[in-house]
Amino acid sequence: MKVSYNWLKDYIDLDVTPEELANKITLTGIEVEDTFHPDAGLKKIVVGYVVSTKPHPNSDHLQLCQVDLGASDPVQIVCGAPNVAAGQKVIVALPGSRIANNEKIKKGKMRGEVSNGMICALQEIGFSTDVAPQAYADGIYVLPADAKVGAPVYPYLGMDDAILDLAITPNRADAQSMRGVAYEVGAVYAKKPHFDVAKPVETAKPVTDVLQASVAAEKDAPSYNLRVIENVKIQPSPLWLQIRLWNAGIRPINNVVDVTNYVMLDYGQPMHAFDYDKIGSKEILVRRATEGEALTTLDGNEHELSADDIVISNGTKAINLAGVMGGLDSEITDQTTTVVLEAAIFDPMHIRKSAQRYNLRSEASSRFEKGINKGTVLTALDHAASLIADFSDGDVLAGILSPTKIVPAATVVEVSQERINHVLGMQISAAEITKIFKRLAFGVSEMNGQFKASVPTHRWDISIPADLIEEVARLYGYDKMPTTLPASASTPGILTPQQRRVRQMAQLLEASGLNQAISYALTTSEKASQFTLIPAATTSVAWPMTVDHAVLRMNLVSGLLDNLAYNIARKQVNVALYEQGRVFLKQDAKTTRPEEVEYVAGAVTGDWQAKTWNQAAKPVDFYQIKGIVAALLNQFNLKATVTYHATATRAEMHPGRTADIYVGDQLVGFVGQIHPQVEKVYRIKPTYVFQLNLTALLTLEKQAVVYQAISKYPVITRDVALLVASDVTNQAITDAIFAKGGAHLKNVTLFDSYTGSKIEKGKKSLAYTLTYQNPGATLTDDEVNTAFAKVEKTLVEQIGAVIR
Amino acid sequence: MSTLQEKLTQLQQKGSQDIKAASDLKQLNDIRVKLLGKKGPITEVLRGMRDLTKEERPAVGSFANKVRDALAEVVDQKKAELEQAKIEQQLATETIDVTLPGDQPKIGAHHVISQVIEQLEDTFLGMGFKVVYGYEVEEEKYNFEMLNMPKDHPARDMQDTFYITKDVLMRTHMSPDEARELEKHDFSQGPLKMVSPGRVYRRDTDDATHSHQFFQMEGQYIGKNVTMADLKGTLEFAIRQIFGEEREIRFRPSYFPFTEPSVEVDISCFKCNGKGCDVCKHTGWIEVLGAGMTHPNVLKAAGVDPEIYGGFAFGLGIDRFAMLKYGIDDIRNFYQNDVRFLTQFEKRG
Ligand SMILES: [Zn+2]
Repeated sequence: MKVSYNWLKDYIDLDVTPEELANKITLTGIEVEDTFHPDAGLKKIVVGYVVSTKPHPNSDHLQLCQVDLGASDPVQIVCGAPNVAAGQKVIVALPGSRIANNEKIKKGKMRGEVSNGMICALQEIGFSTDVAPQAYADGIYVLPADAKVGAPVYPYLGMDDAILDLAITPNRADAQSMRGVAYEVGAVYAKKPHFDVAKPVETAKPVTDVLQASVAAEKDAPSYNLRVIENVKIQPSPLWLQIRLWNAGIRPINNVVDVTNYVMLDYGQPMHAFDYDKIGSKEILVRRATEGEALTTLDGNEHELSADDIVISNGTKAINLAGVMGGLDSEITDQTTTVVLEAAIFDPMHIRKSAQRYNLRSEASSRFEKGINKGTVLTALDHAASLIADFSDGDVLAGILSPTKIVPAATVVEVSQERINHVLGMQISAAEITKIFKRLAFGVSEMNGQFKASVPTHRWDISIPADLIEEVARLYGYDKMPTTLPASASTPGILTPQQRRVRQMAQLLEASGLNQAISYALTTSEKASQFTLIPAATTSVAWPMTVDHAVLRMNLVSGLLDNLAYNIARKQVNVALYEQGRVFLKQDAKTTRPEEVEYVAGAVTGDWQAKTWNQAAKPVDFYQIKGIVAALLNQFNLKATVTYHATATRAEMHPGRTADIYVGDQLVGFVGQIHPQVEKVYRIKPTYVFQLNLTALLTLEKQAVVYQAISKYPVITRDVALLVASDVTNQAITDAIFAKGGAHLKNVTLFDSYTGSKIEKGKKSLAYTLTYQNPGATLTDDEVNTAFAKVEKTLVEQIGAVIR
Repeated sequence: MSTLQEKLTQLQQKGSQDIKAASDLKQLNDIRVKLLGKKGPITEVLRGMRDLTKEERPAVGSFANKVRDALAEVVDQKKAELEQAKIEQQLATETIDVTLPGDQPKIGAHHVISQVIEQLEDTFLGMGFKVVYGYEVEEEKYNFEMLNMPKDHPARDMQDTFYITKDVLMRTHMSPDEARELEKHDFSQGPLKMVSPGRVYRRDTDDATHSHQFFQMEGQYIGKNVTMADLKGTLEFAIRQIFGEEREIRFRPSYFPFTEPSVEVDISCFKCNGKGCDVCKHTGWIEVLGAGMTHPNVLKAAGVDPEIYGGFAFGLGIDRFAMLKYGIDDIRNFYQNDVRFLTQFEKRG
């Protein structure tokens, strides 16, 4: 809402600057987003009188104008506007002046003729094209004949005003009117606003002679009121009214349309004017549209209406989309002589829906949606009729057609002083509270700290005690509110064990060299479905902004690969990332809400260790990633054993370099290399990833931590080197060793692995250290030799190993 | 003095000179063997004692032993000297350039959004709040209905929503968690104090200042005697933890459907200390959060009696906090994960 400071001063006595006012309003109720001075940045722009014009000798469209600027002899100004003519008072930018966009005007020559400045159009001194009157759209603006030659032009155009741009929240629609703002400012400064009202002089001819009106459903239009004005002459409105409109951002059109807009700004009551002769009947009926009913609105667009739209009809066809936009057929034109003026209240929800349906949000629809002052529907109608009659020499017919109407009544809300102070944590006296309600123009009575506030119709947002408490708080001043801490019982503020574990996990992954990433959870349908741990159905948003963010992810890997690609495209080729977050898994397509499961995933590409003067480069490989996963799983201290199973069935993963990860018999994740073809699609280099179901890890059974005394007996080790077939796994060998290892085998460590030219093709060499220890006694070599022999035997017999 | 003694004295002088002149340990050892060995001159002198009288022998013998001990000591001294020199020489060859860079272990960075979230969580944990995370895919009931935003409420327009079905949507704020916790809470066990940080979604076109995904944190404190002054005190405490002890806060009236009174909370500009600068758009104040006293309709919807219980709620944008704190000018940075961005916030705090 653009509020004119000058207009506001008509309603309330102000002795503060616009900036002070803006700051005060912001701190007490409604945010002022901007305070704008229309003449800001303009310099040396004055009223000129065009004494004479003659065509420029070297141009077919320029005119040489002799312009009186009040000082000495008229000066010559070259002007290209088609409408410039002798006898006009015009806007002149003098040499050395500044016009819109900080443009400087200099004395100069145009095609050989001297030009002492410039005759300006409104746009050239900062008017928006949407607001400048149509009549002057393609030419210079002509000032009123009484403008003083040589004087600054700003006051004649309302440019000496200040415009406060108010950000209106949905609860303060009362401030979508000048009168509403005046009440608010009055409450802020404890001043009583004063308003003028106008009653039209009615002719003897009753309105019922020319028009009948009815409303089909009272709920759709609980207040519907019409006046008729005959013998109007359509012409421009007086300049003062035009100024008020354009300073509010509305283009002046003619004396009838302008009055409807002016009264809307003044009272917050949208008005509509119909051309009586084009209604096509002597009847107005407010009803629902029939499904598919045709209507061409003022903007020239044809609509097929819905049965949810409220329309104004002439008894047979729709002529207006109620509260949203008028119909083209009954529009006011220069030929209009009889005007039907409408002031109504329509059902907000239907207006909102209709405005949305046809994308026709307007100043009027916005007000109908957010609420109208029930107390001024008829006042506004009378005021508008009176102004139209004045400006157009029209005759207002006697009486108002009101098929529905609302009897305005104040709302009584009660609240106690104790309740106010209890909620606010303050000690505001009863006298102070009374004063605040009075400033708001509320009726107030108090008995033993119990307040009865009688809230006038202009504050329809107030209906419950909390509303009154807010009014007291803001007008008393939040700056006077103390800062305290709640006095209630103390509560433990601790993270849950799971929340703590997730934080520890992040530290472990970062200490391992992975940077934390946060990716978009909405992705493409394809990427959402890749790298899934378990099969699930996708969840899509109904109206995505783009296909790139349309489906909820079911894995974290694809997002990380996007991140890697982003980095690689920017020459960052060694990248290690991890992400912890939700995936969204639906059991089947019929389910509406997905299960939200916490996952953690990592992705590493390029060199794990960059080359330095002291270390060789170390490209990332499977075992580094697996090592990080092992450390991570180890931190969770799971009771069941973690095992890795080669898998060739994950479509996006390298078939020979991927392992599914199990805790006991539960699949919790996978680790491996991205399939080279997928790497190509993502435009990334060889990349290793892991993905784990974090929710599962957090909820799986943990191992108890039990202290064991450090054994004082020595350990004995035995090394064994094996030659085995290439496809024999480490897992199979260590399983076999442990199976026959005996009670005192503590640990088996692989310390060498070799395949290559020095051994038989199809074979590999592996070497293990076996560590034996008896916690209760010193082991003898004989005991160990016996146990070790059993291991060697099983390796030969079960695994087919050759002991080397 | 006997000639033997004279000879010994000469031996001692000459021997000492030879020992001191030794240039390395091998030469020293050779001298030692030559002087003090079984075939050496002292042994020879002692052997010559056969020619002495019984009376002379003890004196000469004792003198000879003294000479031998003295020479042995000189040898030991020289040996220590030479050994020290040798070590020093060796160390000199081992000297390295200590200014060459060390092999730093690679440490990953914690995402700046996570850092801000954890700092806020820790601040409120310290005040006895608990942390809850809620659902990202919510029921319309919790995202709107229970928060005093019935169907067709104009405030719904303030939030452009990603719907999944008519009744299921991507949460547009963290308030649904507050409604869920309010519904669950057993007030006989004390007040409800919680914060809830997380990812929220709005139908927005991504640009430098808009993102269809961002992070928010909301919190609430509902009990029997919780006032708006308590809200001011709680927020002031939290703000000072995060933006510094000297920060002031101020309340400005505002509107949220789920609170009344509702306020915007400004903090005094941490860049210019209130004098006015680009960060605060020359007002001296920066808007950082929204807050208010929980609306009676919200309490009622969750089955809590607003006549007995009440309290406050607040909400803030994590992304905005991080952008303000570090002067980050493009919200997309948070979700593109350029390592050159991520690692700038390696140093926590
Ligand atoms: Zn500042």
